[in-house]
Amino acid sequence: MIPVLLIAIPLIGGLAGFFIKNDKSARSWSLLISLAALVISLWGLSVGAKSPLLHADAEWLPGLGSRFTVGLDGMGQILCLLTAIAFPVIFIATWRDEYRKAWNFYALMLLSQAGLMGVFLAMDALLFYFFWELALIPVYFLCSQWGGERRIQATFKFFIYTFVGSLLMLVGIIWLYSHTPDHSFSLKSFYGLRSIVGGADQVWMFWLFFIAFAIKMPIWPLHTWQPDTYEQSPTATTMVLSGIMVKMGLFGMIRWLAPVLPLGTWAWGDTASGLCITGMIYASLVAIKQDDLKRLVAYSSIAHIGLMALAIFATTATGMQGVMIQMFNHGINIIGMWIVVDLIERQMGTRKISELGGLAQKAPALAILLVIVALANVALPLTNAFVGEFLLFSGVYSSKVTQYNVVFTVVAGLSIILSAIYTLNMIQKVFFGNTNALTEKAKDIKFNEKVVLAAIVVLIVVIGVYPKPVLNLTKETVDMILTKMDYKKI
Amino acid sequence: MIQLVWLVPVLPLAGFLINGLFRNSLSKGMTSIVGCGVLLASFILSLLIFGEVRQENFQAVTVTLFDFISVDKLHIPFAFQVDQLSILFLLIITGVGFLIHLYSTAYMHEEEAPHFARYFAYLNLFVFSMLLLVLGANFVILFIGWEGVGLCSYLLIGYWFKNIDYGNAAKKAFIMNRIGDLGFLIAIFWMINQFGSVNFSEVFTAAPGTSTAVLTGITLLLFVGATGKSAQIPLYTWLPDAMAGPTPVSALIHAATMVTAGIYMIARSNILYSLAPLTQNVVAIIGLATALLAATIALKQNDIKKVLAYSTVSQLGYMFLGLGVGAYTGAVFHVMTHAFFKALLFLGAGSVIHAMGGEQDIRKMGGLKKYIRTTHWTFLIGCIAIAGIPPFSGFFSKDEILAGAFAKSPVYYVVGVFTALLTAFYMFRLYATTFLGNFRGTHDQEHHLHESPSAMTIPLIVLALLAAVAGFLGVPEAFAKNSHWLGHFLEPIFARGAVEHAAEGGVSQEWMLMGISVVVALIGVIAAWTRFSKKPDLAEPSGFGKVLANKWYVDELYNAIIVRPLYAISKFLNNVIEKWVIDWLVNGVGRLVQYGSRQLRLLQSGQVGGYVLLMVIGILALFLVELFVKK
Repeated sequence: MIPVLLIAIPLIGGLAGFFIKNDKSARSWSLLISLAALVISLWGLSVGAKSPLLHADAEWLPGLGSRFTVGLDGMGQILCLLTAIAFPVIFIATWRDEYRKAWNFYALMLLSQAGLMGVFLAMDALLFYFFWELALIPVYFLCSQWGGERRIQATFKFFIYTFVGSLLMLVGIIWLYSHTPDHSFSLKSFYGLRSIVGGADQVWMFWLFFIAFAIKMPIWPLHTWQPDTYEQSPTATTMVLSGIMVKMGLFGMIRWLAPVLPLGTWAWGDTASGLCITGMIYASLVAIKQDDLKRLVAYSSIAHIGLMALAIFATTATGMQGVMIQMFNHGINIIGMWIVVDLIERQMGTRKISELGGLAQKAPALAILLVIVALANVALPLTNAFVGEFLLFSGVYSSKVTQYNVVFTVVAGLSIILSAIYTLNMIQKVFFGNTNALTEKAKDIKFNEKVVLAAIVVLIVVIGVYPKPVLNLTKETVDMILTKMDYKKI
Repeated sequence: MIQLVWLVPVLPLAGFLINGLFRNSLSKGMTSIVGCGVLLASFILSLLIFGEVRQENFQAVTVTLFDFISVDKLHIPFAFQVDQLSILFLLIITGVGFLIHLYSTAYMHEEEAPHFARYFAYLNLFVFSMLLLVLGANFVILFIGWEGVGLCSYLLIGYWFKNIDYGNAAKKAFIMNRIGDLGFLIAIFWMINQFGSVNFSEVFTAAPGTSTAVLTGITLLLFVGATGKSAQIPLYTWLPDAMAGPTPVSALIHAATMVTAGIYMIARSNILYSLAPLTQNVVAIIGLATALLAATIALKQNDIKKVLAYSTVSQLGYMFLGLGVGAYTGAVFHVMTHAFFKALLFLGAGSVIHAMGGEQDIRKMGGLKKYIRTTHWTFLIGCIAIAGIPPFSGFFSKDEILAGAFAKSPVYYVVGVFTALLTAFYMFRLYATTFLGNFRGTHDQEHHLHESPSAMTIPLIVLALLAAVAGFLGVPEAFAKNSHWLGHFLEPIFARGAVEHAAEGGVSQEWMLMGISVVVALIGVIAAWTRFSKKPDLAEPSGFGKVLANKWYVDELYNAIIVRPLYAISKFLNNVIEKWVIDWLVNGVGRLVQYGSRQLRLLQSGQVGGYVLLMVIGILALFLVELFVKK
């Protein structure tokens, strides 16, 4: 019941949105819909993990052996909650952004939310693939219709990248499907494959899925679509892309790759970890040189996501719990960063760090809120990201599936230092120092922006001080995934 | 009462929230009352707790507030540990902290109300973090406080955020601390792996059964953390720059409390360190080298705060020497006396700067003795205390460290005593140049000279008293039996780890060592006094003096081998690799597809003959594959 509502509300709301044809009502309508989805998501959290309300199952494509099976486990709960929180926050924060034919814009945003919910809820491989594409297609339009100057180029690149990934994954899904004994796409049948598909096949199958997910996250060197797309997309879309969509890649690895092909995952663990770490350091170094705020956040995100992917391959309960909580935290924090970037851009007309400066004098509230979000970005203790990073690094360090665990931790740990460098550089150049002709006329933030940023700050601190409820939520999922990832038990 | 220990950090946190959230509506008076009031309350509470802790047979109490992180087999409670070591630091932090808050109400009075409140909010947040650091019952809570104080240090160094240089100093402090913190973090992960816990009690109980190699690794990594926070070689260069912050901040954070966090952490882990002799030697040598290096630099500095900053680095080096040779009590003792006299010196310097209208260059001062009498007398007491002249406090604590060093190796002792000579010399150079001789400033400044208000002089007087008498808490056994109150008090903490030293050589040797250090200190004092009281050193340094004045060019070296290469690599990756290699490959693939499609399009010519030909070739190919490859 609840999963169906989580998908249906934004889906129907989005389709209806196309017909509103009025900017302001479309905006209110989409906020209303997204709030309704949030209510449903909270309801899902309140009913308890055993409740039958959390699952739904119906005939879909019987000929193909695919059913409409959706369900909320711990990981689904946390990601659906993130999605449900993110959309109203995005709508409120960008309330003052103007779009041409805004009803289409908002409708597509809601469709993309429906797709995202579906991805996190699907318990059937074909259904998963269906929602995977459903989430992406609206984004192509959002970027290409409402993006910046080089939007066509950026969207094309984004499209080719993700399309190649999706195709590889589709091939992989069909191949696996053909090897299920009961010819079914269900998650259960796929999980049964770990002992049916031999090591030799898992080794190459791994790449079909890994590339698809790695592009989405993205993992180095498949990342170059991201800074361009983030830069060119309208900020609201960038928030969806970076706050939630990148989690599709991590989520996919945890649900559809690691437990399905544990031998392949284990065999390529060190290689993939190497890519993750290279990406973390590489992206952190490149971030230092960025002058565009959006690109800076984009590269910083690549580094953070790399750490989460690394922890998946470490195959430890600590690391996996870290991934769970950090997926949520990263989404919240990066949306906070984008809100600030959007505010600056809307007021100043530029995102160039070199053209800004001294904003703290003119906009103290904005400066304080940004500093807190930025501190979460560098994972300072008592912010949510510290809990995540602590568990992630600790998990990587205690990994038993690789002999390079210490090297991995130390090299990846360098990103902690680098993140402080680029984040503090940015704070200093944008907010501190003296004002210039441009920033002289800056004003402090308005009420709606203050409210959402304050809400984000509250989430950052509450989870940072008392992460237990969030950690408990995903405990069972983590145990289940790790049992399935245990290649020795095959 | 001990169960209420959580209030001690929570009160400053409340002060932070009140001053932070209502900074636009609070008057300066209200801000001061809130900011100082919470500290005073914390101090009184700490005193009450101290009353319980000092009783004989007191056992350490752990107060668990809630489960912080609980994953798999790892349980990290948000818990506080009350024992002799933590209560001692609690008293120093809240006590000295309160005095400095009080001092700040006058020192910062020219700031506008919202910034005034921002200042006190940061200061309260700092005290909260520092209290977490010393109260934490496990390494993770300690680390939370550890990074928290780093953040507050960053915020306060860059308090005047319009000034880019100050901002750079703040950034440098944060980043250098972060380098150390990475070492600390890895040590924590290692402990989790090794002991399955980060709680002090469990780690220390399990430590004796652990291999020396592992303990050496863990303790060395922890020490890396300490070099960052406590400004030791190679991560010390941020501390002198940190003087960009308001002077009371330098007194509280960059002298009395935060920078001693590394000493606290090692003293806390003394059981681990005593089991890792190699690390102990490293700690002692780094400490000694830092003490000497910083003392040489201090000889040629002319900024009143810079001299004190290098002196702090040098004194911290002493403390690490003490830790390294196993004189844990001596190190903690020196933390305490140093907190008194260095806070005093910094606040005194603040009072001088206040009187001079912002001037910090001692070459432009001179003869201040007769203008600002209270500041002068209290500053002089601070100088005597740090120089190590009995019966002032610095003598006792420094001597205990030197005695420990002598027991370990005479070389340590000789270098330590030489550093003490330099210390006495540069401190009295500072004193003489500032307070003696004739006034060298402008007429305006001379006219402006005045003693600071009582909110500033009262803390000076209290600290001067403490700096004068605190040494009697640790009188050496040579004077009287059982006179070392502090040693007795801290025995439960260090009993398992400490090395008994002084008694070994007998009383006569102890007298001799004391005699030497007193003579050396006096030589330094007299040399500086005679040399600088009449003719201050105003000339631009040349030759070797120039090297010292430029701090051995260490900053330049770091710039050349770390900072600039880092930015160059970043630039190279961004401009070359990202644009011309990775993106080029991606676009290349795209171009290849477009090119291929253009070629393939030609195949669709519409001529049936062509299609048939291709079909035949295809069938032939399949046939051949079937025939040869599959077999």
